[in-house]
Amino acid sequence: MKIFVPGDSAAQSVGADLVAVAIAAEAAKRNIDVQIVRNGTRGALWLEPLVEIEKDGKRIGYKNVTSDDAAAVLDGSHPSIGEVDTFEWLASQDRVTYKRVGIIDPLSISDYEAHGGFKGLARAQSMSQAEIVAEVTESGLRGRGGAGFPAGIKWKTVMDATADQKYICCNADEGDSGTFADRILMEGDPFTLIEGMAIAGLAVGATKGFIYVRSEYPAAISQLNKAIEIAASRLGNFELKVRSGAGSYVCGEETAMLESLEGKRGVVRAKPPLPALEGLFGKPTVINNVLTLGSVPEILASGAAAYKARGVGRSLGTQVFQLAGNIKQGGIVETAFGITLDKLINGYGAGTLSGKPIRAIQVGGPLGAYFGQDKFGVSADYESMIDAGGMLGHGGIVLFDDSVNLAKQARFAMEFCSIESCGKCTPCRIGSTRGVETIDLIIEGKEVAKNKALLLDLCEVMTEGSLCAMGGLTPLPVKSALQNFPSDFGGK
Amino acid sequence: MSSNSWNVAIAEDVIATLRDEPGPVLIALQAIQEKFGYVHEDALQMIADAFNVSRAEVFGVFTYYHDLKKAPQSEKAVKICAAEACQAVGCDKLIADAEAAGFEVEKAYCFGNCALGPAAMVGDRLIGRATVEKLK
Repeated sequence: MKIFVPGDSAAQSVGADLVAVAIAAEAAKRNIDVQIVRNGTRGALWLEPLVEIEKDGKRIGYKNVTSDDAAAVLDGSHPSIGEVDTFEWLASQDRVTYKRVGIIDPLSISDYEAHGGFKGLARAQSMSQAEIVAEVTESGLRGRGGAGFPAGIKWKTVMDATADQKYICCNADEGDSGTFADRILMEGDPFTLIEGMAIAGLAVGATKGFIYVRSEYPAAISQLNKAIEIAASRLGNFELKVRSGAGSYVCGEETAMLESLEGKRGVVRAKPPLPALEGLFGKPTVINNVLTLGSVPEILASGAAAYKARGVGRSLGTQVFQLAGNIKQGGIVETAFGITLDKLINGYGAGTLSGKPIRAIQVGGPLGAYFGQDKFGVSADYESMIDAGGMLGHGGIVLFDDSVNLAKQARFAMEFCSIESCGKCTPCRIGSTRGVETIDLIIEGKEVAKNKALLLDLCEVMTEGSLCAMGGLTPLPVKSALQNFPSDFGGK
Repeated sequence: MSSNSWNVAIAEDVIATLRDEPGPVLIALQAIQEKFGYVHEDALQMIADAFNVSRAEVFGVFTYYHDLKKAPQSEKAVKICAAEACQAVGCDKLIADAEAAGFEVEKAYCFGNCALGPAAMVGDRLIGRATVEKLK
């Protein structure tokens, strides 16, 4: 009998390891022969640990299992969600990048291949560099890290550059609060990312790659290292290494990440030169997010047309949305761009965990806007989010109930920027500290109108004058909080 | 993460294994910290000498990153996420309660466990729906 107990960090964080031990012990006691697979998470995180027992080719899911429930799970009497593949919350999604996550044993290459793995790489190996790049361009794939830059155009720039060495760097410094899709893919299906990077290497002529993973993700680092060792023989001359971050948020900015990979302080570089031309160690470098590279194998395997048939406008394909914060049914929802925020947070998310009304959501991480109910109808795609005064970012949505105070959240945005600023440019380094002070005065009710005007002026300076998104986008949560929740700032 | 007492010979071995790595300063500091639980002051000059950079450069890298510590961490050290998703489920109260219970709390900003917050980390162990009880 095959039993799946997720080995994902989120599942572990609520006791999955103890559950695995308890089930093994109970099975031994009953003399049942079981194989326990530590799969990734299905993404329905509120059900974790979600244990699945395979019977007659069907996987039956048991929710919120604790180590005391081993006997009940084996008896089949523990609360169940039925057959996991037909569970509406999951079945209604469109899993493309995440097609194998939670289903396979993450470190079994035969499982990976049985579920379509390495098909994309095999096809890429039969194509010219230009053909691979054209396929990715044609798919409409845009950078999933947040900036949404077309991946194919970036790849073409690197392909066309002449150099003795080129690099593929995967940005796995997923520092935005409310985002965890990169982590879950790296832990739950690491070969997909590895395959995507190998394809990128073929496309642009790069033989070396680095995955820069934040140190807050020790399990992902360990999983990737194991997976790279297992897959090494399949990657031709492409060499891949994992590098750990060291607790700096701004190293998720691509040029700061390059500095950090070179062993230096994670200080942002001025652009130009573009990293595509002068990147890691001064060489042409593709820098893509985990989900961008993780989407590439399926694009190559099934073709650009199938991928771009999903989505809306210029936001094509699928986005892996992450539902977080004060949420009843938090987790991963992969679906085509264009779903409304309301369907994500009230549909899939089922509202707040506390049961109180949703007062605000923050979309796109700490640099994303705070929206109230009036914006819940907005379509979740790159352009619609910008039109609504926000940004999609990495696709994370954080819910807050009616106990939230948006002046406090705005203050935190400035405070976070002051803690994490790399210090290179003045608007970010000093502006963030002045921002905290100014918001404090507003909260204290001192010269509110004057200080609000000052704060907006400061926001403009930071937006226009900062080198990177850290200082440049910190004003987004601040201004959106001011505009959408004026009552929290002593105004009307 | 271990916490062996500082030993120059062991530190030299750790640094020597990284000789062929590109851009080695940060990974050398991380390796020293992994070995000893912190970065001893003397390690800075050793790394500078090994990789032919100035001590000032090594110091600059060392002081830039939140993870790198100049002294061994307390047994009561815990990291608690203080970012937005955990704020939405009461991390402020958890931090206050943990401090009151005698923990040395270091605020962290996101462990990627944002649907099961508040999140905390003790060593490499991630804790979801964290309570003071679960930190023990």
